[in-house]
Amino acid sequence: MLEGLRSQRLLALFCAALALFNFPLLALWDRELTVFGLPLFPAALFALWALLIAALAWILEGRDD
Amino acid sequence: MVDAAWVIGVAFAYLSLLFAVATYGDRRARQGRSVIGNAWVYALSMAVYCSAWTYFGSVGRAASGGVWFLPIYLGPMLAMILAWMLLRKMIRIARAYRITSIADFIASRYGKSQALAGLVTLITVVGLVPYIALQLKGIAVAYALMTQMPGSATGGAAPWWADSTLYVALALAGFTIVFGARHLDSAERHEGMVAAIAFESVVKLLAFLAVGGFVVWGLFDGLGDLFAKAQAVPELARLLSLSQGKAFAYEQWFALTMLSGLSVLFLPRQFQVMVVENVDERHLKRAAWVFPLYLLLINLFVLPIALAGLLRLGAGANAEGFVLTLPLAAGHTGLALLAFVGGLSAATGMVIVEAIAVSTMVCNDLVMPMLLRTRRFQAAAGSDLTGFLLAIRRAAIVAILLLGYLYYRLAGEAYALVGIGLISFAAVAQFAPAMLGGMYWKGGTRAGALAGLGSGFAVWLYTLLLPSFAKSGWLGRDFLAHGAFGWELLRPEALFGLKGLDYLTHSLFWSLLCNGAAYVVVSLWRAPAARETSQALLFVDVFKRTAVAGPVFWRGRAQVADLLPLLGRFLGLSRAQALFDEHARRRGLAHRDALQPDAQLVQFVETQLAGAIGSASARVMVASVVEEESLGLDDVMRILDEASQLRAYSHQLEQVTDELKRANEQLKSLDRLKDDFMSSVTHELRTPLTSIRALAEVMRDDAEMPAEQRQEFLGIVVAETERLSRLVNQVLDMAKIESGHAEWHNSDVDLRALLTQAVHTTEAMFRERGASLSLQLPDALPTLRADADRLMQVLLNLLSNAAKFVPTGSGRVELRLDADAAGVTVSVQDNGAGVPADQRALIFERFRQGGDALNRPQGTGLGLPISRQIVEHFGGRMWLQADAAQGACFCFTLPWQTAAQPDETPQGDTK
Repeated sequence: MLEGLRSQRLLALFCAALALFNFPLLALWDRELTVFGLPLFPAALFALWALLIAALAWILEGRDD
Repeated sequence: MVDAAWVIGVAFAYLSLLFAVATYGDRRARQGRSVIGNAWVYALSMAVYCSAWTYFGSVGRAASGGVWFLPIYLGPMLAMILAWMLLRKMIRIARAYRITSIADFIASRYGKSQALAGLVTLITVVGLVPYIALQLKGIAVAYALMTQMPGSATGGAAPWWADSTLYVALALAGFTIVFGARHLDSAERHEGMVAAIAFESVVKLLAFLAVGGFVVWGLFDGLGDLFAKAQAVPELARLLSLSQGKAFAYEQWFALTMLSGLSVLFLPRQFQVMVVENVDERHLKRAAWVFPLYLLLINLFVLPIALAGLLRLGAGANAEGFVLTLPLAAGHTGLALLAFVGGLSAATGMVIVEAIAVSTMVCNDLVMPMLLRTRRFQAAAGSDLTGFLLAIRRAAIVAILLLGYLYYRLAGEAYALVGIGLISFAAVAQFAPAMLGGMYWKGGTRAGALAGLGSGFAVWLYTLLLPSFAKSGWLGRDFLAHGAFGWELLRPEALFGLKGLDYLTHSLFWSLLCNGAAYVVVSLWRAPAARETSQALLFVDVFKRTAVAGPVFWRGRAQVADLLPLLGRFLGLSRAQALFDEHARRRGLAHRDALQPDAQLVQFVETQLAGAIGSASARVMVASVVEEESLGLDDVMRILDEASQLRAYSHQLEQVTDELKRANEQLKSLDRLKDDFMSSVTHELRTPLTSIRALAEVMRDDAEMPAEQRQEFLGIVVAETERLSRLVNQVLDMAKIESGHAEWHNSDVDLRALLTQAVHTTEAMFRERGASLSLQLPDALPTLRADADRLMQVLLNLLSNAAKFVPTGSGRVELRLDADAAGVTVSVQDNGAGVPADQRALIFERFRQGGDALNRPQGTGLGLPISRQIVEHFGGRMWLQADAAQGACFCFTLPWQTAAQPDETPQGDTK
């Protein structure tokens, strides 16, 4: 399961996503602020999500190791 | 409101369109030009995850809990990060052993156990009934919202025969049968269905985005405006934060994420589209990120639609219908119809795939094993059972949808869509320990899996499903408040007094805890049996085994005449014959008649049968027509050893082939070198010959030539002849050394004496050129075992080269000997022009003399190559020191000890 660079990257990304989408780190975004008129918390959730998808795409679509 | 006829008409038109897409997909598949053979379609088919729950339920959830609709989609995101490892392994296993359902997967892993297959199927059917009910409720509510006046009650107490939802259920059953149970496929692949699901996914996404766009930019002035207005209302502003004024229930957040992450892997419909219908496992690479992207897009407008609905229609309105009621309230009937089609699409897609997957399970893992047990059935059933199999599946589809309808009637009103869906998710999550453990842990046993699944399912039933009945008033609420038998400790939503968790997290915690603990503890109770071990090896090490032919865990006697009709009974005789032919061809035989009834053939038949009737039933059927020896644990290990030895042999064979290939390459390049060498030698021979001949002709023709000139010419002729013989000698020498025929007379050589002698020999030559030669020697040196004459040859060559290249009159050459623990280093440093950088690599090659053609001194161009060969023969190394400050510095080392040094005997003789 852990052979190859790709698998290790994926596992690291999984840990990062698990940390980002759960308590304490999630609570950091819970403020009464707006960015470009959007409330910070939902906007941050979607932005994080999009970032993770981009990272996942980068890892998976890269050259085979 | 919209006329009911319109809504029904659009719905049927859309379903017909879906059917057309499926027919097109099937036709293309038959022509061999699959439309689903690409990663995008694969990713879109995964989006069958988004059902009516997503389409209607998420908005409802967002309207009451803000971002709490999101964990259901963040879980799949997390799961998809691991898809490349986890899902690919599931695909590989399912492909290798023709596994067509999750029940079959688990049963096959734990020794092809019928009991396990039945239990998993039971859990699936019971667990998914609420989920099917959810879809029916979604369609029913959507239909009611479209056709009723705003404000009038939805649903109602119509008698069952007048309830439109019943007819919706029956219509969906009909469609599912048409989509998935028209004919029998030994791999349970439904290309047309996948095409329709991918199409359906596009429709629901576009419809939802269209409504979202309309709400945000049509009803409001962009997202900023919508959020600003929402934040002005305190109750709505609350929805935009995490904590919403209370302590953040992070354990519930985590539980929901985990639950949905497990569900996306183990829901039967996800297993169907992701594993069974997968065309090429490399498609996962793209699908694993496109599918989360799809989820992100379809969730983008959930919160805006919920807020807009609350702002426009008030908090009292049914939030789950906002997708429909917002366009309706604004008078956009067309958009509302599109939204309805999207919702219908989401619900039907889910129902079709789920019902197909579950019907396969019910047929293969519940009904067939039971029927095959009865002798009467065996005797009564004809030779072709394919029609019978299809009938079972069709009946299963109808039954599942009717069960869903029943649950909807009994408990549907008490829960929001999301609440119903979560009950099903929690049931499916019970598969996680047996599945994950089975794929990565060889120690899991059948008894462990049975205990784990059984206890997890029981706890789920008691803490989640029964309370859902109780809350809907169908069961007494007594046991909810006071526990079963009046025991407070057994209160279903606070089991053993556990408080502080919401009902879902509570149930998930207890059920997975019991499940996992029972699985591990019972598995460890005793060692796995032979069949469990063999299946564990096949599953856990699937990536190692499918590359080369895997081990076949079977011993016994069989007849082709028994096996072929057996396969024919379940797949049809012509299909069975075609499969046998194909198998024969793969084993290098001309025809199926040439097949030997060996273990491989038996395994092939069993695997093919497993695709049609499940691995447990296939095992029973094959066992009924062959005589088999039961394998012990030792046999399993021995077969495994044999297989790995076979693998080792083939590995060795590969290595030998590689070596041969390399040797061949070397031979070819040597051949090329020989040709080059020949042409160089002849060229070098021709030059002196030409001049000798020219001078000889001049002297022959000119009798009057003065004696002085004649003498001069004769001198040149002699010199050129000497050069010729030197060249010939060196070529011979070189050839001898290279071919290993050279003679080496080794003795203990005193290098100090040898160098001193070399200096004496060349002194005259240096004096002639007006150059000085100095010698640097260490004080004392042990002797070195080598051929003194050969070493002298090297030294003389280096010294004479130096003498040639130093400037006349002011030349200085230093010969130096250094010694260390490893060996000695001899260097010859001159103060000549040095070797240009571009020639440094070339001068050790044959016939590559230093200097340019014009002022090149006399020489054969073989001195340095021969010297290097000699030094290398003694295990040393010769090189040109590139960083010499001025002039050239040639060095060579000789080690004290050389490995396997030939001693005094001609090397060629020993070969």
